[in-house]
Amino acid sequence: MTQVSQHKDPLLRIVKRDAISRPKAYTIRLLAVLLSLVVSGAFIFAVTHLDPIRVYEAIFDGAFGTSRRSWVTIRDAMILLCIGVGLAPAFKMKFWNIGAEGQILIGGVITAGIMRAYGSALPTPALLVVMAAVSLLCGCLWGVIPAVFKAYWNTNETLFTLMMNYVAIQLTSYCVALWENPVGSNTVGVINQMTGYGWFPALFGQNYGLNVVLVLALTAGMYIYLKHSKQGYEISVVGDSQNTARYAGINVKKVTIRTMAISGAICGLAGFIEVAGVSHTISTDTAGGRGFTAIIVAWLAHFNTLVMILISFLLVFLQKGAVQIASQFNLNDYASNIITGIILFFILGSEFFINYRVILRGRKEADGK
Amino acid sequence: MSDLVVRLLQSSVCFGTVIMYGAIGEILTERAGNLNLGVPGIMYLGGISGLAASFFYESSTADPNGLVCLVISLLAAFLASALGGLLYSFLTITLRANQNVTGLTLTIFGGGIANFFGGSLTSLAGGVGQISVAATSAVYRTTIPGLSGLGIVGKLFFNYGFMVYLAIVLAIVMHWFLNRTRRGLDLRAVGEDPATADAAGINVARNKYLATCIGAGISGLGGLYYTMDYIKGTWANDGTIESLGWLAVALVIFATWRSINAIWGSYLFGFLFWVYLIIPGLARKDIELFKMLPYLVTIAVLVITSLRKKREDQPPASLGLAYFREER
Repeated sequence: MTQVSQHKDPLLRIVKRDAISRPKAYTIRLLAVLLSLVVSGAFIFAVTHLDPIRVYEAIFDGAFGTSRRSWVTIRDAMILLCIGVGLAPAFKMKFWNIGAEGQILIGGVITAGIMRAYGSALPTPALLVVMAAVSLLCGCLWGVIPAVFKAYWNTNETLFTLMMNYVAIQLTSYCVALWENPVGSNTVGVINQMTGYGWFPALFGQNYGLNVVLVLALTAGMYIYLKHSKQGYEISVVGDSQNTARYAGINVKKVTIRTMAISGAICGLAGFIEVAGVSHTISTDTAGGRGFTAIIVAWLAHFNTLVMILISFLLVFLQKGAVQIASQFNLNDYASNIITGIILFFILGSEFFINYRVILRGRKEADGK
Repeated sequence: MSDLVVRLLQSSVCFGTVIMYGAIGEILTERAGNLNLGVPGIMYLGGISGLAASFFYESSTADPNGLVCLVISLLAAFLASALGGLLYSFLTITLRANQNVTGLTLTIFGGGIANFFGGSLTSLAGGVGQISVAATSAVYRTTIPGLSGLGIVGKLFFNYGFMVYLAIVLAIVMHWFLNRTRRGLDLRAVGEDPATADAAGINVARNKYLATCIGAGISGLGGLYYTMDYIKGTWANDGTIESLGWLAVALVIFATWRSINAIWGSYLFGFLFWVYLIIPGLARKDIELFKMLPYLVTIAVLVITSLRKKREDQPPASLGLAYFREER
């Protein structure tokens, strides 16, 4: 005697969505961000026992409390945005450039070197042009090396670019030891502190005005390049399918190398902006993990550089807030990395609900469309 | 001179052990098809939770028991790292998020947690000064009595804490598991071709979850070894664990996804990192250049393996890809 076991649907089923309307997709993302804010608030509350409402007040205060703080927030968002803009073409091509950290550092080191050596020899505008050009070239070189190996021998670019980071970090350590000032401090100190040679001049009466203009111009330029140029189109074809690209007569090797040259160059330029326009010094922390955070910025924005503006501001806003709370309570700045992690986990998870639908047992597939 | 060479070899072994744990765990994870770039974050989690657990235990009793110290810190480190792995698994396996981005986020998050609590645990607990767990660290640094006194042989082979030997045993067991057991072969099938494995009745999601969580737990032990033995039961916010974690990821490639190769590979990396010890007359800045060596060697290995294209040296075929049964 056989018993036929009754077949039961699983409690939850997952179905791929055909398409999702734009407002709905953004509602899901917004919900994810709000949820992540609740969890971050809970974390801060658990550590500090600060009243949850006060937590958000303090975050806002840390980011925009004074005009100086607002400008620091803007300044840091611009650097993060600049790196994200640099990474966008590479990632759109599905080239995993984990090496932004190194590309930033190498651009920063060369900028600092020129600033130290030729600060008094050239007028500042000429010096700025030279530094920008050389940092572009160095970042470009750092990006092209792994790209050439990827293009010709399919060498794993994720690990290659990652290792290039550490080569750049050790080179930076070498230069810091070489240039240290005062001797024995193991830091370079502020370069040209008295004279300000090679520093960004104030624009519209703002110290960071030039940073904003430069980065926004790059952002707009990259948007047009990716969306409306032939090269941008080639990048997206190569990213979607290399075989299709070859069939269509696109030279994949050339596109790979060219795109990484652009990507590395902009990251190198971010190093230049950070050194000449923000910190006026160099250390192994000049990139400070932003090369990695920017990957996530670019990825979450789906390589749309205009959306990246929003995401960079959101991340920097929360980081500044976290730092503010941490210093109030005598805790350390790493709280901001925890918060960044929490937000990113939530946004990453939310992509699932944009691409798939979860159906409860008993419901029809057509429901909820 | 011979003293220096002995010191160099000892440092290489200690350095190598940290990244060996990271690499063995990651090999298990990658063999199931998940490229977890969160290894540095997971090693951070392992390091800080082991440290925190024994810190609370040591400060709660006047006379801490060595065995309890050991068990508590080992368990805490393994579980916290496995939890990190679980978070990664949930996002990448169930929610099918991109593996690289999720891994990088885990690295940022783990580093944040570890450096935050490492720097402020004592002040949160109402104390002052740097966190320190002398009693637990002493247990981890106990060498084999008798054997470690055997002159140069004793110094080179028997003068380490137990975790150095545990790493080697784990590497061998992992090799046996992946190549000689049914479960290990199933797991590799999932990493090579999940659709085929699924059709053969292997539970893809369960294999991936288990491999990633257990792998993360093992990787986390590298962080624990680093805090307990390498820097003697303290904490330093200097980002060393992160750079070691990336080296562990590189070591996986260097070892061509075989845990046996990770044993000598890790010691070689350690040797390259510390080789400046025996080169006389180096200024501090030159040392920085020498520390570049392990990374340059990894690049060279990457290039050489990609030039040779040997079939058995390639990564698992579906590495980095999410699996969705209904997608063709």
